[in-house]
Amino acid sequence: MPHAATGAFKGYDPGSFFCEMCGSAEIGAPHAAAIFARFDRAGLDNLRQRAAEAEIELFNQGITFTVYTDGKAIDRILPFDVVPRVISATNWRVIEAGVIQRVATINAFLSDCYGPQHAIRDGIIPGELVFGNANFRPEMAEVRPALGTYVHINGTDLVRDVDGRFYVLEDNARTPSGVSYVVENRHLMMRSFSDLMRGLPIRPVSDYGRHLLEALCEVAPAEVLDPQVVLLSPGIFNSAYFEHVFLAREMGIPLVEGRDLFVDDKDRVFMSTVGGPRRVDVIYRRLNDDFLDPEVFEPSSLLGVPGLMRAYRKGTVTLANAVGTGVADDKAVYAYMPRLVKYYLGEEPILNNVETHICREREALAFTLDHLAELVTKPVGESGGYGITIGPRATQAELAEARARITEDPANYISQPVINLSVSPTLVEGVVEPRHVDLRPFAITGKSTWVLPGGLTRVALRRGSLVVNSSQGGGSKDTWVLAEDDSQPTPQAGRTGEEILAAGGDQIVGAPDLPAQGA
Amino acid sequence: MSLLLSRYAECIFWLARYIERAENLARILDVQETFARDIKGGHDWAAVLRLNADEARFFERYEVADAPSVLNFYILDRENPTSIVSDIFFARENARTLRPLISTEMWVQLNVFYNRARALRQVDITEERLNRVCSMIKEGCDTHAGITLGTFYRDEAWCFYQIGAAIECADQTTRLLDSRYLSFEERDPSETVSPVEASHWTSLLRSASGYQAFRRRHPRGMDPEHVALFLLSDPCFPRSVACELQIVEVQLGRLRRQYQLRRVGAALEQLDGIRDDLNVDNVLAILRGGGIHRFNDWLQRSLNDLSGILGRAFFGYEALPQPEAEDHAADKSQSQTAGSLQQHQG
Repeated sequence: MPHAATGAFKGYDPGSFFCEMCGSAEIGAPHAAAIFARFDRAGLDNLRQRAAEAEIELFNQGITFTVYTDGKAIDRILPFDVVPRVISATNWRVIEAGVIQRVATINAFLSDCYGPQHAIRDGIIPGELVFGNANFRPEMAEVRPALGTYVHINGTDLVRDVDGRFYVLEDNARTPSGVSYVVENRHLMMRSFSDLMRGLPIRPVSDYGRHLLEALCEVAPAEVLDPQVVLLSPGIFNSAYFEHVFLAREMGIPLVEGRDLFVDDKDRVFMSTVGGPRRVDVIYRRLNDDFLDPEVFEPSSLLGVPGLMRAYRKGTVTLANAVGTGVADDKAVYAYMPRLVKYYLGEEPILNNVETHICREREALAFTLDHLAELVTKPVGESGGYGITIGPRATQAELAEARARITEDPANYISQPVINLSVSPTLVEGVVEPRHVDLRPFAITGKSTWVLPGGLTRVALRRGSLVVNSSQGGGSKDTWVLAEDDSQPTPQAGRTGEEILAAGGDQIVGAPDLPAQGA
Repeated sequence: MSLLLSRYAECIFWLARYIERAENLARILDVQETFARDIKGGHDWAAVLRLNADEARFFERYEVADAPSVLNFYILDRENPTSIVSDIFFARENARTLRPLISTEMWVQLNVFYNRARALRQVDITEERLNRVCSMIKEGCDTHAGITLGTFYRDEAWCFYQIGAAIECADQTTRLLDSRYLSFEERDPSETVSPVEASHWTSLLRSASGYQAFRRRHPRGMDPEHVALFLLSDPCFPRSVACELQIVEVQLGRLRRQYQLRRVGAALEQLDGIRDDLNVDNVLAILRGGGIHRFNDWLQRSLNDLSGILGRAFFGYEALPQPEAEDHAADKSQSQTAGSLQQHQG
């Protein structure tokens, strides 16, 4: 039910979708009413003016990412929307606990995959999904990362359906990106909208770097007292280079490239400085597994460090995230996550999955092909929204093409029902209209898991579009998690999230021991 | 103990050089507008090409050395790695690499400056607008220098920045001086300086922002020897070679004392050699012996060698590479060294 509007939001109508600012007919949004009213009162011209200024600032700062289409690379600004997305304190408690639970499960699963493989033996997940996965790294078999943490930085993509429930759409357990926008968007809002933010209980996001550095120090090789942490980037031509710079600056650590590092004959990692070689203990690497070490993986990689895996396996250096985490955020493994939560933690999932059909399974394939026009189909190995077909919006030709691709290689596809992503008021072409959004909270895990109270809200700027990826015309918003508010009920998976939390969800911290080992 | 990556040291060194180079090129083009005029009032734009030993590269792609083509070559031409737009582009690319190190203000200014330079079109660089465009470039470079001075953290990266800027500025001052001396050497030294000649020297000093300072030192007259001494050996004029080398010495000393970088030894030795030859008596003798062009050339080569020594000591350059492929015959001006090639990839 939209709040009353006479100014900037006059005529705003989210229709049948769940709205982040207004809720739905069943579930109101009292927590956002005051904020809605403030932006409404500011007036459209005022918002337009500030949006234009914000855009100029982003351009001047060169905060750009690179889009690759038809072999061409184009530097673009990530479009920024000035109307924030607001999350109530009660909603956030569920998201936070759900993300922590999810990360604990992923870490337990990875310990298991590269260790005793109980879940496979117990028939919880097919072994071929693990061993046949392109991201499974047999090289990790003997490696025991500090504190059992494989995924130190995780991004969980959440969507909200018309029922107001949050669902996990995807786990990002390799090198999730976007956190720099979370912090920079907030800085931009604080510069441009300090008057509208005054007195609001918005939780700060600026200490992400401190938390990350602390966690990275916690997982340093045991004998190191004052670890030297570095961030390993593929370099200035990487589309996320801006973020690498941001993180290195926030943590005050060197931003290195592969050519700055070398491994000596005692399998120790050094960086080349003007004063000679300096030992490196922890590497936050923003480089895919494939490129890390030409001795072990992609031999033609010039981005990596020859011998890095030798050092890593010997335990002289920590890599964050660990090698081989991609086996856990695969779209096919994703389908098994709710079962894995129960298996490893003995808990109900706080955040549920979107219903998923795994096309490698015969029945699911048949169902998918029969309902192609109603389903979203996705290749399991792609990221960035590439290769997705949204059934209800596809042409006959596109559906036929999808059918052919899936039939040819079913194991590479999953399908899901269309989720009517929630919307949020967005300033587009001078007027405020509903646009679909998702949410990527970021979790950092060292000794325990900490979730940044905010997250990346991506917004599909094209009217009606459900694709929020920056490479496909998406933008971002500042995400305001409120410290306290008039509570908004949070329906989750049958029971409310609060009920699940009350039932013991708050004990979930860090990576628990495997049940079979701990027993 | 220094944690400065070798690659960063190299990038900051070259960032400073590229900006300094863009600024000096703008200064040279600006002043060239004045004295590229020959007696009949025509322009000899090829003089700038000779100054930078760029004739061969230029004539590969241009037919005649007239104002539009020479100005295009030196200001807008992206395929000329030493054009002003290229310089600013490389400075910005280095800054992009250095963003973890430099202040946000430095980055934003360079980014905006680059976008402005990139927007320049042929119509902006006609002879009548040249002064305006050169002023814009100089102002952008000066703004960079000011912001850097005011915001850049003064650790060892700052030392390398200062050294890079000083070496480039020293090199460019010799080129600026040469721009006049190429013709000066053809003249009979016993003749008095004509008013036209004097006005050329005045413009040259102005282009180095040195006219007023020169007047404080030499209130009367416009003796070419004084000008040359002023630009090469004056201890107080900030763009003189001697003054720039003083900066290099101070910063090398700081690297050694404060950051225990013992490998500055070879660079200091090279520096001492150059500074010895810049003493006033020596320079006067060279001027009177008609060897100033060769001396300038020798200075450029020595500075280039200094750069190489620093590269081998700190930037991870291979132990002594083959000397520049170009022949080292005397009387041949050095073309500009292309810096930090690793940043040009992609």
